[in-house]
Amino acid sequence: MVNDDLNVMAEKERAARKKTVIRCCMAAGCISSSSDAVKKNLEQAVKDAGLADEVEVRGVGCMKLCCKGPLVSIDTQNALYEEVEPADALELINTLKGDKTKIKRGDFNHPFFKKQLSIVLANSGEIDPERIEAYIAADGYQALHDVLREMTPKDVVEEMVKSGLRGRGGAGFPTGIKWGTVAKTQSAQKYVICNADEGDPGAFMDRSVLESDPHSVLEGMAIAAYAVGANQGFIYCRAEYPLAIKRLQLAIKQAKQIGLLGSGIFESPFNFNIDIRIGAGAFVCGEETALMASVEGKRGTPRPRPPFPAESGLFGCPTLLNNVETFANVPPIYRKGAEWFAGIGTEKSKGTKVFALAGKINNTGLIEVPMGTPLRQIVEEMGGGAPDGRKIKAVQTGGPSGGCIPSQHLDTPVDYESLGKLGSIMGSGGMIVMDDSTKMVDVARYFMEFCVDESCGKCIPCRAGTVQMLHLLEKILNRKATARDLAKLEELCDMVKNTSLCGLGQTAPNPTLSTLRFFRNEYEELLQPDEFGPRNNGEAKKTGLSKAS
Amino acid sequence: MLPMISPGKRNDTARVMQHASGDKRFRILEAHMKKHQFRHDALIEILHKAQELFGFLEDDLLLFVAYKLKLPASRVYGVATFYHFFTLKPQGKHTCVVCLGTACYVKGADKILAAVEAKARIKAGETTADNELSLLTARCIGACGIAPAVVYDGAVTPRQTSETALEHMKGWISHGQ
Repeated sequence: MVNDDLNVMAEKERAARKKTVIRCCMAAGCISSSSDAVKKNLEQAVKDAGLADEVEVRGVGCMKLCCKGPLVSIDTQNALYEEVEPADALELINTLKGDKTKIKRGDFNHPFFKKQLSIVLANSGEIDPERIEAYIAADGYQALHDVLREMTPKDVVEEMVKSGLRGRGGAGFPTGIKWGTVAKTQSAQKYVICNADEGDPGAFMDRSVLESDPHSVLEGMAIAAYAVGANQGFIYCRAEYPLAIKRLQLAIKQAKQIGLLGSGIFESPFNFNIDIRIGAGAFVCGEETALMASVEGKRGTPRPRPPFPAESGLFGCPTLLNNVETFANVPPIYRKGAEWFAGIGTEKSKGTKVFALAGKINNTGLIEVPMGTPLRQIVEEMGGGAPDGRKIKAVQTGGPSGGCIPSQHLDTPVDYESLGKLGSIMGSGGMIVMDDSTKMVDVARYFMEFCVDESCGKCIPCRAGTVQMLHLLEKILNRKATARDLAKLEELCDMVKNTSLCGLGQTAPNPTLSTLRFFRNEYEELLQPDEFGPRNNGEAKKTGLSKAS
Repeated sequence: MLPMISPGKRNDTARVMQHASGDKRFRILEAHMKKHQFRHDALIEILHKAQELFGFLEDDLLLFVAYKLKLPASRVYGVATFYHFFTLKPQGKHTCVVCLGTACYVKGADKILAAVEAKARIKAGETTADNELSLLTARCIGACGIAPAVVYDGAVTPRQTSETALEHMKGWISHGQ
């Protein structure tokens, strides 16, 4: 495979394009509303109408507006059809001949689509994720070619530093610095791992990227591997995403077949292979050291850092670990240049961020916006506000590690720093909208229960602390708690936050702390008067837990 | 020294092998291990395959995997119990997985779960006495755009309510009536 072959393939694919393309969403959300049957019927209807030479029915990745699925779009009409049923196929094909239809029309000019800026999701909903030719025709693997042929690994790292890309997994560590550290560490064997263990409840961006554009992740990993000097990669994907795993396996097979993975890529001395590791349902495996233990086939428990994975990671070798979205950002950066990327977003947070918009909001689905976009624009303009005329009360970001942002702070720009200031985190991109019927103490309890379940049990603050905090929250919800219990809860939050071993424990109190910060009155309304105060106080002193009271 | 399946337990191994010899699925599993060259880091992959073949991970199956991979039984058991995806108990004929991800939860997945629990008279994680239905919960199946979602026998179904869920499971819940 050389550059000419790539161009030939791309040209051939572009030339084969038919006059009309009907796109049918084949991501997991729409498939569950039987979009696969819609696609099959559409294909049959095209055949029956004798339009097979002019019309292509293309299964594509996520078309973003998940709540209105199954989605179908016809490019010559610039039309989006919503909630299409398999029986509607004939009617849709007849619109090509100018017939009218009663099928619900969506609006591509709605802010939900208009305000998006697609870098990571550029191919999502456009190309067939199961064909490598489609990705190549969209300039795919061009960046890998240019990097291998024209840049030294050092240049690649420098370019990444210049782009200002920060890790999209949640913590926001600068990707270029991470690459540089792994590149500098001397070792005969290095690894690249893609973290696709999207465990945050309410987040589905990584699933959508993997289902809609798996090759962009593979290309990003290959560029990263060249930069740091690795020859083996792993994608750690959670078992709950069978379709993503299937498409990844297919993508890897296709890339190997035409020599874009394997040995001597683009006739350079660079070798790179990727294997998939399937998780087995453990939230803690999103933490990097736990993830590596799981890739090694062990229990996914974290270990203390240092040594950091960049020095001693998988099988004791230097390991680069990035999130799916981070890798998906890599090919566009090298295709269009670091300056272009650095020009998007805010001063400290560059580029775009993909969010999974869900919960009590009219337009649920996938959005990609430049960093620094105000939250209000996302939930009110793009998301269309809360359904049934209710008011938005809070927006939850960062899953069980994040916090709730109340409606009075909706004008906050979405970037790593601003969200951090409000006691939440960017997280991987789950954004759950809550309306005024949501009880915030119950939300805190929900996340705490999650952490109790998911704590791996290795360190005591997290294992025992989360259980105690859950007890206290339940006590408050059952209207049996007093002000003392609330003080105890706050103290425990502080203790667990500061003494836990890994990110799970350190961030487990965040939902509780942020709801306490903004919705303290909801807690206080549930409290009982402190009737037996002195006696309780005496007891508590014995256990040494009541310093704050 | 890690505790292996020791000579003192040799009878156990013999029994496991005896058990395995009569069942074709063990041969398929062994072929799968061979594909992974009996590497220790493939343990999770192999347990996935084992669960796919057998439906759940029984003791003899875990011992078989441990013996073939030359791993201590404790390590195999430890991994099998650590991850939520692996189940050590047999499942019912039908499964119903209620997603309790945040998006589903704020849209009333807890009420769906409560309704099914009340109707089937089991708690989440249990199987009905007649072995017809296993009721499970998930932490998030990534179908947040179509919340609340319930998975019936592997098929993700969007926008559920208590009524549609009970309707769907008609015939799965009998109470011997």
